[in-house]
Amino acid sequence: MPSSEGALVSARRLTKRFESFTAVGGIDFDVQPGEAFGFLGPNGAGKTSTMRMIGCASPVTSGELRIFGMDPRRDASRIKAKLGVVPQLDNLDAEITVRENLEMYARYFDVPKAVARARVEELLDFVQLTDRAGSKVEPLSGGMKRRVTIARALVNNPDLILLDEPTTGLDPQARHLIWERLYRLKRDGATVILTTHYMDEAEQLCDRLVVMDKAAIVAEGSPRQLIERYVTKEVLELRLSPDIRASLDGRLDGLAERIEVLPDRVQLHTADGERALEHVYTRGIPIESALVRRASLEDVFLRLTGRTLVE
Amino acid sequence: MGALLRSAWCVFQRNLLVYRHVWRGSLFMGFLSPLLFLLSMGLGVGALVRTEGVLPAGASFLTFLGSGLLASTCMQTGSFESSFPIVGKMVWRRNYEAMFATPVSVGAIVLGELLWLAARLVMVAAAFACVLAAFGVGTLASLVPAVAAAVLTGLAFGACVMAYAATLRDGANFNALFRFGITPLFLFSGVFFPITRLPAPIRWLAPTTPLFHGVELTRGLVLGTLGAQAAVIHVTYLVVMVGLGASVAYWIFRRRLWT
Ligand SMILES: Nc1ncnc2c1ncn2[C@@H]1O[C@H](COP(=O)(O)OP(=O)(O)O)[C@@H](O)[C@H]1O
Ligand SMILES: [Mg+2]
Repeated sequence: MPSSEGALVSARRLTKRFESFTAVGGIDFDVQPGEAFGFLGPNGAGKTSTMRMIGCASPVTSGELRIFGMDPRRDASRIKAKLGVVPQLDNLDAEITVRENLEMYARYFDVPKAVARARVEELLDFVQLTDRAGSKVEPLSGGMKRRVTIARALVNNPDLILLDEPTTGLDPQARHLIWERLYRLKRDGATVILTTHYMDEAEQLCDRLVVMDKAAIVAEGSPRQLIERYVTKEVLELRLSPDIRASLDGRLDGLAERIEVLPDRVQLHTADGERALEHVYTRGIPIESALVRRASLEDVFLRLTGRTLVE
Repeated sequence: MGALLRSAWCVFQRNLLVYRHVWRGSLFMGFLSPLLFLLSMGLGVGALVRTEGVLPAGASFLTFLGSGLLASTCMQTGSFESSFPIVGKMVWRRNYEAMFATPVSVGAIVLGELLWLAARLVMVAAAFACVLAAFGVGTLASLVPAVAAAVLTGLAFGACVMAYAATLRDGANFNALFRFGITPLFLFSGVFFPITRLPAPIRWLAPTTPLFHGVELTRGLVLGTLGAQAAVIHVTYLVVMVGLGASVAYWIFRRRLWT
């Protein structure tokens, strides 16, 4: 556990209950300045509940939470003034234009008009929406709305950016555009907290992340550390016909450090996937197809929880 | 306090910004509906009814009806503007969630909405008063305070409906409220005829309802017959209703946004 010294966000035994249901069950984490910190976990893990507490939009049930060293119970407005929030679901003003959305939001933060105007143009350019600035939000595509929301979260020049599932539900092209923008923010030194249930998003964007499942943190580290700690370097995925799979009877034993039999495939976790595959062939096991790939956070999650991240 | 007012003003401006995209149609309706009502009911029905001994001395049916409609129109505007638009911002589009992620507080959101509602009511009541003046009802000196009274009436309803609307989830509907609340009040609060004409139980009930106080206050100001004591009673009733509605609205907004 890194110390909370100098951390922008620091949580100890942070807990959120809705009546008797525990959405966040006493988690500890720290986010350092300049860091891109992630919460990776499936739906219902408690990611949004955690983000809303950090955003001072939700009361902490118990435990301790400090943001910029301040207490959300007492200093909510002062904390919010320094946050940029991208909620899980867009909540733009659909009836007004893209530019008006940003300018209006700047007013909520009491940004002086002239400063806001310049900043809004800059941000429109940053999210590549200058040509749509005068159009209403309603008819924009999901990816464009998401970019407007991201630009809106930056109007107050926040010290900390909260992104709750920034690319969920978007097509690959829209996702990549957003990743590229977020990557630039990160490179320019912004502190970012993001949640996701996409392991590739976490791998690309997070310096450090926690894996969350059922209201608890089950692992913490950089993407590489987590993969090194919990899984082997490579994974050999085999597709077998159902009757072969049913009659495997230990014929794969010894070929890998760990063997995972999933409903549609068998995964062999090993440092050298190609060699394991050769052994599969020499043992004469008939396979439908085989794939050797680098281990990912998905495998970490499977290892830790016995389930896949996205069902 | 300064921060509260400043943020409330931002919420007001946000609504103004949205309204700027629709103001033409809205303003047109503001003039059209009183015009149609006064033409058909005021002149049309007015020609059929006997007023002496029924209406206050010196009041024509047109004046009687017009002043009552001024108040009831504000009731309807206040109620409607606080129904679907509030649910929209709370549930469907989650605009309040967006505001609450900034330094704008729950109190500022509710206050900003009430300020905006007051502004909308002033627009509607002023348009109505212009039509009344065109029909020769009232004078500038009597219509200005009457507009204020009607706006107060609209705010009283608006604040209460706002509190109710903020409790609603998805699939909200206001049918019951309008059918069993607003419409009966519209019909039986002395807008169209003096409540003394009503059968006994309703006659006793009518003076306890909010629209009755709004109508009496507004009409008394148009006719110049409002007594000091009556004025105090009507205004107090309506102001208390605004206060209660706003307090409950604040409490419910807070429960919805800070969860
Ligand atoms: N306002 C609420 N009232 C009751 N339960 C809630 C509320 N918000 C979230 N939950 C529950 O808390 C759990 C965690 O939800 P959430 O934090 O949204 O998870 P995630 O963002 O990881 O999908 C879920 O089971 C969800 O149903
Ligand atoms: Mg979520």
